[in-house]
Amino acid sequence: MSLSSAGGTRSPSAPSSAAGISAAAPAARALRGAARWHWAEYVFWAVPVAAYFLFPENLVLLSQIAITALFALSLDLILGYAGIISLGHAAFFGLGAYVAGLMSVHGWGDPLAGLAGAALVTALGGLVTSFLVLRGADLTRLMVTLGVAMMLYEAANKLTAITGGVDGLQGVSFTPILGLFGFDLYGRTAYLYSVAVLFALFWLARRLVHSPFGLSLRGIRQNVVRMPAIGAPVHARLVAIYTLGAAYAGVAGALLTQTTQFVSLDVLAFNRSAELLLIVVLGGTGSLYGALLGTVVFMVAHHLLSDINPNYWQFWLGALLVVIVLFARDGVMGGVRRLNRVIARRKGGKA
Amino acid sequence: MFFSALSASKAVFGMTVALETRGLVKKFGGFVAASDVAIRVAEGARHALIGPNGAGKTTLVDLLTGFLEPSAGEVILKGENVTHLAQHQRVRRGLVRTFQINRLFADMTVLESVTLAVCERRGLGWRWWRPVGAFTEALDEAGEILAMLHLSDVAHERTRNLAYGRQRLIEIGLALAARPRVLLLDEPAAGVPAGQSRALFETIARLPREVTILLIEHDMDLVFRFAERISVLVGGALLTEDVPEVIARDARVREVYLGEAAGG
Ligand SMILES: Nc1ncnc2c1ncn2[C@@H]1O[C@H](COP(=O)(O)OP(=O)(O)O)[C@@H](O)[C@H]1O
Ligand SMILES: [Mg+2]
Repeated sequence: MSLSSAGGTRSPSAPSSAAGISAAAPAARALRGAARWHWAEYVFWAVPVAAYFLFPENLVLLSQIAITALFALSLDLILGYAGIISLGHAAFFGLGAYVAGLMSVHGWGDPLAGLAGAALVTALGGLVTSFLVLRGADLTRLMVTLGVAMMLYEAANKLTAITGGVDGLQGVSFTPILGLFGFDLYGRTAYLYSVAVLFALFWLARRLVHSPFGLSLRGIRQNVVRMPAIGAPVHARLVAIYTLGAAYAGVAGALLTQTTQFVSLDVLAFNRSAELLLIVVLGGTGSLYGALLGTVVFMVAHHLLSDINPNYWQFWLGALLVVIVLFARDGVMGGVRRLNRVIARRKGGKA
Repeated sequence: MFFSALSASKAVFGMTVALETRGLVKKFGGFVAASDVAIRVAEGARHALIGPNGAGKTTLVDLLTGFLEPSAGEVILKGENVTHLAQHQRVRRGLVRTFQINRLFADMTVLESVTLAVCERRGLGWRWWRPVGAFTEALDEAGEILAMLHLSDVAHERTRNLAYGRQRLIEIGLALAARPRVLLLDEPAAGVPAGQSRALFETIARLPREVTILLIEHDMDLVFRFAERISVLVGGALLTEDVPEVIARDARVREVYLGEAAGG
């Protein structure tokens, strides 16, 4: 104990309150600035615009990337910010896909109405299942989300009269977006539409994670036991974010239906949930951009690897995942952050 | 009982009860960690709870705050039965604790942590549109709490990068951010280097009188300097409760607890 007196040489005189606050000012400034857009973000969002002109032949793939990115964003909201692990997130994606498809089949082919309908129904689905999912700890959550997704898959499989079963939903078609932009054969409208929706919902999510609500989600993820002790209603917050995450996934599913004019059972498949978890972990959780980057890396790797070796591409994908998880913690985004720190240190070194 | 009746006149605090338990029982399987505990903490009190390791002090705090559900009995906060309220609902009514072992937000900066707690108290926890930084008053309040705890210079540091002793101050800062009416401090100086624990207790002693404090502490010097009233818990049951002078002379207390510490 006597050792500690060396550490206690700090002047015992209390700094005046004002001085204390000004000492905290850099931290306060950092907190205020956290929500501001970084120049790298503008660059990031210029990429999908540039891609439209650079890869006109690949717009179908690019649309898939945008849609999957939105899906990944929805998982990052619940996993990365609130710490709810899900192995059945495709349940909401698929539900949204079917809602949009069924709306169009039954004469409501307006795309934006389809998104809204999908968001509403999946939000309700998220709200109801949240009470099951939030009951247990991680393993329980994994099992419950998996179970719910399996049930939904089988239900869609059995209800052929409504869903078309294994043959998929036939006769899906949509009116032009806002009555102006029809879906074309080259997938131009589809791509721009997907990116626009992705950006709008990203922007919303970005606001949310920087708000007090978002901060409380990070609090829940980092120390769920402490949160009630500072007066936070943890369960209600988790219900809210799970519901929102479900709605985001539903919109992603609806986008897939609308841009491909088709719904098949594989929107609900386990594979989709598992891949999504892989994408989000690959990209790095809890930063939103990690989910987007993870999607791009995964989908592009998937595309290139399956071109090179159509039979064994999953091997390399698996290898990539193992390498990332073992050697680059926090995924791609973690790497970006480390790089950023190194650069900042270089700059700071001169000062 | 005899002693406590005698000394009641010496009590410096008013008669209103801030926090009270009635017949509180907690069983872990067959083990009784709290047995029929009836404790009263007066409004504005500087009340200490002492007892040997494993006496059930932390368990009692857990029961008071709703961290644990009692097997029987009631918790009454300012006349209101809060036994069945959730933890966060009790916090909103002013019943706030710190933890014996830090429970912090490791990856947040010190300022973020305390701002989070301030936001929750101010009822901003559902605000999802404006960024945290736009809530200037909450930020200023968090800054004041950090200044009070001499944490301003590390406000921008991540909690995990601080020494345990300084993290201990954040533990208290989070509780203060909730504006406690009744503050339960579970060994606040545990793990704090000896040189710094005095400063920590000075901070606690400076808290305004409106804040009722129940303190769990092992250092008898600190307890006797701080407390106006002491409850002794042994084996899950209250042994006695009185003013410090009487507790110091109580043979039973010396026997079970003070023995080696009384000399200090
Ligand atoms: N969750 C639990 N399950 C079983 N026994 C427990 C639990 N929590 C505490 N105990 C037991 O209850 C007794 C009191 O513990 P505690 O309240 O931590 O004591 P103190 O804080 O006075 O040192 C100890 O014997 C401890 O082992
Ligand atoms: Mg204890």
